[in-house]
Amino acid sequence: MPPLARWLARRLALTLFVLWGTATLAFAGMRLVPGDPAHVIAGGVQANATPEVLETIRAQYGLHDPLPVQYAIFIGRLVRADLGESYQLNQPVSTVVLEQLGATVSLAAGAAVLGFTLALVLALLTAGRPRAGALTRALEFCAISTPNFWIGILLLGAFSFSLNWFPVLGEDGPRALVLPWITLALPIAGVLAQITREGLERALGQPFTLTARSRGATENRIRLRHALRHAALPVLTLSGWALGELLAGVVVVETVFARQGLGQVVVSAVNGRDFPVVTGVVVLAALTFSVINTGLDLLYRVVDPRVRQAAL
Amino acid sequence: MTEPLVVVDGLSVDFTTRHGPVRAVRDVSLTLRAGECLAVVGESGSGKSVTARTLLGLAGQGADVRARTLSFAGHDLRRLGARQWRRLRGRQVGYVLQDALTSLDPLRRIGYEVAEPLEVHGLATRDDLDDQVVGLLAEVGIPDPEVRLLQYPHELSGGLRQRALIASAIAARPRLLIADEPTTALDVTVQAQVLDVLAARRDAGTALLLISHDLAVVARLADHVAILYAGTVVEQGPAAELLAAPAHPYTADLLAAVPSVEGPVPDLSGLRSAPAAQEGCPYAPRCPLADDRCRERLPEALPYDTGRLVRCWYPGGAPASVPGERSAVPVVPARAEPVLTVRGLTKRFRSPDGSHRTAVDDVSFDLAAGEALGIVGESGSGKSTTARIVLAEFEPDAGSVLLHGEPWSGLRERDRRARRSRIQLVDQDPLSSFDPRYTVEEVVAEALPRTRDRGERVAELLGQVGLDPAILRRRPGQLSGGQRQRVAIARALAPGPDVLVCDEPVSALDVTVQAQILTLLTRLRRDAGVSLLFISHDLGVIRQVCDRVAVMKDGKVVETGQVETVFRAPQATYTRALLAAVPRIGPGPRVPARPRVPEPVPVTDLKGPT
Repeated sequence: MPPLARWLARRLALTLFVLWGTATLAFAGMRLVPGDPAHVIAGGVQANATPEVLETIRAQYGLHDPLPVQYAIFIGRLVRADLGESYQLNQPVSTVVLEQLGATVSLAAGAAVLGFTLALVLALLTAGRPRAGALTRALEFCAISTPNFWIGILLLGAFSFSLNWFPVLGEDGPRALVLPWITLALPIAGVLAQITREGLERALGQPFTLTARSRGATENRIRLRHALRHAALPVLTLSGWALGELLAGVVVVETVFARQGLGQVVVSAVNGRDFPVVTGVVVLAALTFSVINTGLDLLYRVVDPRVRQAAL
Repeated sequence: MTEPLVVVDGLSVDFTTRHGPVRAVRDVSLTLRAGECLAVVGESGSGKSVTARTLLGLAGQGADVRARTLSFAGHDLRRLGARQWRRLRGRQVGYVLQDALTSLDPLRRIGYEVAEPLEVHGLATRDDLDDQVVGLLAEVGIPDPEVRLLQYPHELSGGLRQRALIASAIAARPRLLIADEPTTALDVTVQAQVLDVLAARRDAGTALLLISHDLAVVARLADHVAILYAGTVVEQGPAAELLAAPAHPYTADLLAAVPSVEGPVPDLSGLRSAPAAQEGCPYAPRCPLADDRCRERLPEALPYDTGRLVRCWYPGGAPASVPGERSAVPVVPARAEPVLTVRGLTKRFRSPDGSHRTAVDDVSFDLAAGEALGIVGESGSGKSTTARIVLAEFEPDAGSVLLHGEPWSGLRERDRRARRSRIQLVDQDPLSSFDPRYTVEEVVAEALPRTRDRGERVAELLGQVGLDPAILRRRPGQLSGGQRQRVAIARALAPGPDVLVCDEPVSALDVTVQAQILTLLTRLRRDAGVSLLFISHDLGVIRQVCDRVAVMKDGKVVETGQVETVFRAPQATYTRALLAAVPRIGPGPRVPARPRVPEPVPVTDLKGPT
């Protein structure tokens, strides 16, 4: 087996292990919190279901079985990619998730693109230029240290209520996405811009930069063709973190802007003890994390040839 | 006589730093013609690199460059704008930096790096770019250029990397080639090849500005030499005359400090070290001839002999500090018990592709008490691996190391710990082996038992290695290279070891500092009775310090014996080749480049770095 295939096989095994781990933790977590699932399924604690109805539900959902049996059934379904049915919505979890996935992905992906672009442009323009660097650094610190929801509220106040440039709430098209994108992107851009600038500045101080200059290369060429690639390495390392920030931020931003999406689904599922939905979203998030991180590691090997030679 | 290509007259470069202005270059004047080689020689901090970079407009941020004349091919460089500078760089002036591992972009293929000047100056089309690069790589003697083109810098050996860097510098056929320490950190045989490549460019009509700290290296190539000290040219003139009869005391000291592989071993204990003076002659604090006039007034550059200029009140005053031959190599007590017994050491490493490589192959030697044994070899010869096994950093696959006749290798670390202090290491780069936040005092004290008189012991040790107690509170970053190495030696001596393993202890130092450290090691061996296991790639250095030498190649010891015997009458072919490649300072006409057929690169140089 070639080294790359062996490496990928190991990553796949690792991904499966991570998925099993998160699913198990979600299972354990939902069993540890107080509250009877049968009540939830029957329509919540306030629904006043009769004991007979609750008994039927327990039998139907296998809640009488001992925990190990329930766990085995749960894992068995998961292996067949069956996430079960939502207690609250009486729909398959996969349907619930897929319905909302689009909105969340467009929010997160747009914010990621915006955040990375902003960071890159800022860093490229200000690296090695002390005065411009100091100014943008101050702005970046503001962006990093301001909580998501507050950025969102400020943007809404300024651009929706005062200036009426963007709709306050609602789903109507890309115009409604602009403010949520910015809200999500700013903190990520703040951190990534600092890391990128530091990487660029370190690369610009290296002897190979002097060599490139001595060949008559322009400043743009040195930054884009040489230094940027070096700066990309730490940025790649932090991209995994940025992804986590995005997922966490989605929940907040969807609430602030009253948008549909997975974040909202998770919030109501956790509140309503909707165990299958929570598990489904958690497993999906873990899968996304694993796949993207594997992709990032592959990208690392593309950017840095020295890593390719190292033991896999 | 042709018009000079480069004319520098009265060049001064100042840097504004937090600690006030630094005068890096003061009143330097140079000329260089096409097809000639001018060598600028000086120690680190002498301003030689700054002078060279001024010709590229790359003196650095915050550099204040002033000159009466600064011209290249008739153009006044002082008036160039950013765009005009870029048109000059690479196209008219090529620049080769030292250490190609960091001077080539590690994330770019060799082909891309070599092609960059062609692309930048629009000298190649997409179709013939690769052909041109292959041609350039072949021209500098890189075998299999079609393959190397696609490789990355870390996949090439040091010699091939340096050649690739030269190929990129000459890609656009510049009229001036500046080579800044192009052979530092290369093995002697590889060094000779790289110098040949440069000589070929000179013979093809390119003007060559060679920057070096090593007079022996430039002696082979240079038509003219300028000696720089503290930013001032203290002496310049035709290479042959200047090297045969140095007029400035500093030049004389530099020449004396170059470790040679033949002739008498000079006694260099007279070399002084002191920072350059700000007033008067900068060399006065180190000069054996200095008097009050030297300390008060900087001498003018005055004509001396034929075509030479010397900045000294007493030109040609004395062959400074070379009072004859060193007394015979210290005598080792006869039939002394060996401190270290090494038998049949073998060590194999796994390569990334899964194959095994034998780094050390059946190596045996004894080290007697108070003896200095040199291990010499090129990179990849296994000399450092041998040292690391002796230090018990890792275990040999076969063979054994005995310390005072008792097992040393093959033990559990627990059983070795009590005797760990018997063997100490002096490394090539002490800066990376010191905690940068420690003071000098803490660095040395760390190696001493916690007793009441620890402070006194530290001061005593520093005195032993010739350091002023005033530096106790300094941190490693604030020390010069020579001071750092002295601190490293003091720390190694602290536990009173029987054996000092010195792994390339002077290869990162200027020649005069190197000579001082070697003198120190020789003295410590005599006074403290410590044995030295001295690893070096430099034959001259080995000869300066050692009684016996073992020559290593591909993990094997190919020759061993008394230093004088081995150097005078080498038996192994490899030892003879090594000795022949050592650069020598000999009077006489310059050596023409060897025929420029891409010469076969020796097998040792074809392997990737280890």
